[in-house]
Amino acid sequence: MTKLTSRRGLLFGAAAVSAGAVLTGCTSNDPDDGDDKAASNEQPAADDKPGKPITIGYAGPQADHGWLNAINDQAKKRAEKYSEVTLEVTEGSNDTAQQIGQIETLINKKVDVLVVLPADGKALTQVGLKAMRAGIPVINLDRIFNSPQAYRCWVGGDNYGMGLNAAHYIGEKLKDKPNAKVIELAGIDNLELTQQRTQGFDDGLKNYPNIKKVARQAAEFTVESGQAKMAQLLQAQSDFDALWNHDDDQGVGALRAIEQAGRDDFLMVGGAGALSAFEAIKSDRGVLKATVLYPPTMAASAIDLARALGQGKGVSGLAEFEIPSTVTCYSAVVDKTNVDQYMSTGFK
Amino acid sequence: MTQHVSPPRDGTGKAAPVDAPPAWRVRLGRADVRTLTLLGVLAVLVLIGGITQPDSFLDTRNLQLVLTQASVIGVVTVGMTFVIVSGGIDLSVGAIVALASVWATTVATQEYGFFGILFTAIVVGVGCGLVNGVLIAFGQMVPFIATLAMLASARGLALQITDGRTQVVTVSSVLDLGERDAYVLGIPPLVLVFAAVTVIGWLVLNRTTFGRRTVAVGGNAEAARLAGIDVRRQRLYLYLLSGLCCGIAAFLLIVLAGSGQNTNGNLYELDAIAAAIIGGTLLTGGRGHILGSVLGVLIFTTITNIFALNNLQTDVQQIAKGAIIVAAVLVQRRTASTH
Repeated sequence: MTKLTSRRGLLFGAAAVSAGAVLTGCTSNDPDDGDDKAASNEQPAADDKPGKPITIGYAGPQADHGWLNAINDQAKKRAEKYSEVTLEVTEGSNDTAQQIGQIETLINKKVDVLVVLPADGKALTQVGLKAMRAGIPVINLDRIFNSPQAYRCWVGGDNYGMGLNAAHYIGEKLKDKPNAKVIELAGIDNLELTQQRTQGFDDGLKNYPNIKKVARQAAEFTVESGQAKMAQLLQAQSDFDALWNHDDDQGVGALRAIEQAGRDDFLMVGGAGALSAFEAIKSDRGVLKATVLYPPTMAASAIDLARALGQGKGVSGLAEFEIPSTVTCYSAVVDKTNVDQYMSTGFK
Repeated sequence: MTQHVSPPRDGTGKAAPVDAPPAWRVRLGRADVRTLTLLGVLAVLVLIGGITQPDSFLDTRNLQLVLTQASVIGVVTVGMTFVIVSGGIDLSVGAIVALASVWATTVATQEYGFFGILFTAIVVGVGCGLVNGVLIAFGQMVPFIATLAMLASARGLALQITDGRTQVVTVSSVLDLGERDAYVLGIPPLVLVFAAVTVIGWLVLNRTTFGRRTVAVGGNAEAARLAGIDVRRQRLYLYLLSGLCCGIAAFLLIVLAGSGQNTNGNLYELDAIAAAIIGGTLLTGGRGHILGSVLGVLIFTTITNIFALNNLQTDVQQIAKGAIIVAAVLVQRRTASTH
C-alpha cells in the first residue's frame, strides 16, 4: 500500500511539475488534477456520523498500572461516543492462557473487529492468527504480535521516540551549558521497551557534545522502587543538571526522594503522562518541568481504526482507501506551554 | 587458623583439646560467631564502598540513606524470623504490606489523618496475620499453602482497592515524618522504629517464655506439645506477630514513598527469607537470630547502595548479589563449623 502511494505520488508530482512548467496556458481537463480529486473526495472516510452498526471485541490485560487503566477507559469512552458501535469488553487478564480463552470467546461470538492489547505480544500471536483466519480483522494495540499476519493494523507507542524526545528537550535546555551532566532513572531493565527508551535517549544526547550521561539506574515502575533508586542516585551524584525518568508512576517516588534530599538544582523530565506529573508541570514549583508522552489515547485511536475497518472506510485526513497497517503514536513533550491541552488525557 | 574444638559435640571426640579455648570464645556461643562473621562481611562491603566511592559512600547522609532503605524490609524480616524459627514460613508478607499500605491511604482513611493511617495499616496487617494464623493453627493447613493463598488474595484485594492507581498521601504530618527536619539527633524516625522493633524482637525471642516456646515449637512440635506448650495457640500468635510487623512496615513505607500502591512490597517475602537465612536462622526451624537477620538486611541494602553509587546496571547487580549470598553463607558455615 505504501509503495503504491509513493509511486503514485511520485508520478503525480513529476506530472504536476512538468505541467506547470510546459503547459502554462492549459487550465482545465488536466488528467492529474482529476486523479487528485478522486483520491480526496470519493474515498469514504470515517467521520462522527453513525454508520453501519458493528460490534468491536476488546481484550486487554489486567489494569494493575495507572497507564493500563487509562487505556481501558479510553477504549470504552471512545466506543460510547459512537451510537452504532457495540463494544464487547473481556475482563482484563495477565494470564496468557486466560487471555487466549477470552479472545477465542470473542471469535466465537463473531464480533466484526477485534482490538487486542496482549499481556504478552509474542505469546498471543497464535490467537491473533486464528482470528484473522476466521475473517475477523485484528487491531493490535501496543504490545506487538510476533507476525504481521496476526493483525490487520498495529497501533502503539514509540519507546525509542520517548527517549529521543526527552534527550532533545533536555539538550535544548542545556545546550549553552559547558560540561552538562545528565542522569537517567530507567524502568524495568529486562523489558525491551526500557532498552529502547534508553537507546533513544542515548542517541538523542549524541547531538549535544557538551552533555554527558553520568549515571543510570533502573527502577521497577513502582513508587517504592522509584523512591529507593532515586535516593541512591542523588547520593551518588552530588551535582548534575538534568534527569530523565522513564515513568511517571515511579516518578512519584522519585520526586519524594528528591524532596527528602532537599535537592532542587536540576531539571527533571518524566515519561508516560500521568495526571500528577501534568499538575506538577503546570504548577511549575518543583524540579519536574516536562514529561514525554506514551499516550493512552492510542486505545481511543484503536477503536476509531476498528470502526473504520468494520465499516469499510479509510481514515479522514489521509488519502488512503484503507486504514494504515501501522500507526506509531508520537511521543510528544508536554511542558508548561502545552500542558492544558493534554490535561484531560492524564491518568491517575 | 588454629582449631579450638570447644566441648566435643558427641562421645566420639577422640581427644579433648589440649589448649583451653580462650575465655572470649567460651563466652561467645556459636550464634555470636555467626554474628561476627556477618559483621565481617559487612565490614568488607564497607571497605569496598569506601575504596570505590570514598566521597559519596563514607558520608553521614549515605549512612542515613542505607539505614532508612533497610527499615521497611528490616521490620518485615524480624517478624519473618519468628515464623521461620517456629518451623513455619510466611509467603504473604509482601502482599500484606501492599494491602495495608493501600488500605491506609484511601481517600476515606486519609480523612482521619495521621492516626487513621497508622491504625488502619496496623489493623490490616494484624487482621491478615490472624487469618493466616487461624488457617494454619486451627485449620491444620500447611503454612506454605495458607500464606500462598493469602499472598494471592491480599494482592488481589489491594488491586481492587486501588484499581491500579497510585494513591498519593496528602496528610502532611505523615509526610513530614520522612523529611530531614524530623530526624532525631541525625537519626531518621524510620530508623528509630526499625531499631526499636529489632531490640524488642531480640528481647522477646531470647529473654521471654514466648521466645523459648517459639524455639521449642520449631525444634520439635510434638515434644513441645508433650511438654505442655499450646502449640496451636503459639502458632496463631506468631502469624499475628508477622502480620503486625507487616502493618508497621506498611506505615513506614507510606512515610517513605508518600503513597500507597498495590505493587508495593514486591518480593519482600524472598528478601526477608534470604536475610533470615543469611543471618543463621534455620529454614527447618528451632534456631534463629534476630541480630543475624537484621545484619542480613543491612548487608543486602549496603550491596544495593554500593552498586548504585558505582552506577552498575541491573544485570551486574543481580549476578553479583546471587554470588554474594552464596559466598556469605559458605564463609559463615565454614567459620561456624570450625568453632
